[in-house]
Amino acid sequence: MRVRAIIVSLALVCGPVLAAETITIAVASNFSRPAAALAAEFTGTTGVIVRISNGSTGKLYAQIVNGAPFDVFLAADTERPMLLEESGYAVAASRFTYAQGALVLWSRDAPDCLAVLADEGSGRVALANPKTAPYGMAAVEFLDAEGGWEAVSARAVYGENINQTLQFVATGNAIVGFIAKSQLGAPQLPEPGCVWEVPVSSHTAIEQQAVLLAHSASNHNAQRFLEYLRSDDAREIISRHGYGWSQ
Amino acid sequence: MSVLQPMWLSIQLATFTTVILILIGTPIAWWLSQTGTRWKPAVQAVVAMPIVLPPTVLGFYLLILLGPDGAIGSWWVQLTGSALTFSFTGLVIASCVYSLPFAVQPMQNAFESLPRQYLERAWTLGASRLDAFFSIVVPLSVRGFISGIVLSFAHTLGEFGVVLMVGGNIPGETRVVSIAIYDHVESLNYAAAHRMSLVLIGFAFIVLMAMFVLNRRWGSR
Repeated sequence: MRVRAIIVSLALVCGPVLAAETITIAVASNFSRPAAALAAEFTGTTGVIVRISNGSTGKLYAQIVNGAPFDVFLAADTERPMLLEESGYAVAASRFTYAQGALVLWSRDAPDCLAVLADEGSGRVALANPKTAPYGMAAVEFLDAEGGWEAVSARAVYGENINQTLQFVATGNAIVGFIAKSQLGAPQLPEPGCVWEVPVSSHTAIEQQAVLLAHSASNHNAQRFLEYLRSDDAREIISRHGYGWSQ
Repeated sequence: MSVLQPMWLSIQLATFTTVILILIGTPIAWWLSQTGTRWKPAVQAVVAMPIVLPPTVLGFYLLILLGPDGAIGSWWVQLTGSALTFSFTGLVIASCVYSLPFAVQPMQNAFESLPRQYLERAWTLGASRLDAFFSIVVPLSVRGFISGIVLSFAHTLGEFGVVLMVGGNIPGETRVVSIAIYDHVESLNYAAAHRMSLVLIGFAFIVLMAMFVLNRRWGSR
């Protein structure tokens, strides 16, 4: 595994030389670890090198619209892939849900996540910015349904994305936070005081969609990668990282 | 989100920061301009470091230092009961670190170009050091002060990375104009992003031009 990782990273460095056998995928930051695992696996079986650009879905979207040379876009939502498809930046009908995110409540210091969420004097509550991050929107919907959003919003802090949200809680700057279940496997994460899985039924499903970008419509390797993403092998890796599917 | 609230918050942040920086920056600049110690280059380097360091480095350490577990943050929690991160006060502290060189360097330059005889004459006439500073140094260094004030104000207004890391994007508290613009761009609300950005571009142009006009006027006198 380590040898392969070294070969892959060497290959990444030499990427531009081997341009023909390289694809570049834009990946929403919450999916960066599974994407790296998938890319390594894909490279191992096909020899095609996968370069990964991480960023927030909104930023990557803006880059794509302005001509970024990505072949495939793995977004954290359905909205941006849909917009790309409608405006012709993505290949029509190439869009599909590759993962469904799960939301968890996480605290480094508190023993009971729900109690500390309800306790107004306990400290800040971290969530991803609901305007830009689907995980943040899901957290607001959950709180709204529970009737607790009013109280929580007064002590909410907004991470720019789900990674920063975790960082706020992991450093103790927020007492509790809504993070992605996939982040529980993040390296160097401190021992949690509590983890509570937010019921999937309490919010709109966090569907993450992939599209093939228009200028790569006939890129055989990019198509193969999307096919691979739907395979059982890939799904096994994806679910191991804390994601599920709706279909 | 209104256009005005983040704008107003940024102006408040820049005003507080500028006032504090002039108060603590003036003695630092004066000391640097007068000292003969061999440590001067080291102190100068420390003061200038925020120019070179990426905001991520400052933001990273401020998040740790100002957090409830941090050296400054834990002390602040004991004192006031609330943490410094994700608060306006925390942003003022962060901005003071971030903009320090922009206040100190112009003032130091002005102090250093001051003819030494003026001061010595004032002292021999019996003026106290403080008196001499305010009646000789300050009036003759107006250009340095104006540059220091304008640059720290404008630089704080343009602050983004540090606030992104320690602010937490709270409306009315830490969502300054640069963060609000970033939010709008991320959520594809380009119209609002344009509105705020154009206001900032206009403001930056007017402020900087005013500084250069004032500088020329004082310079030619």
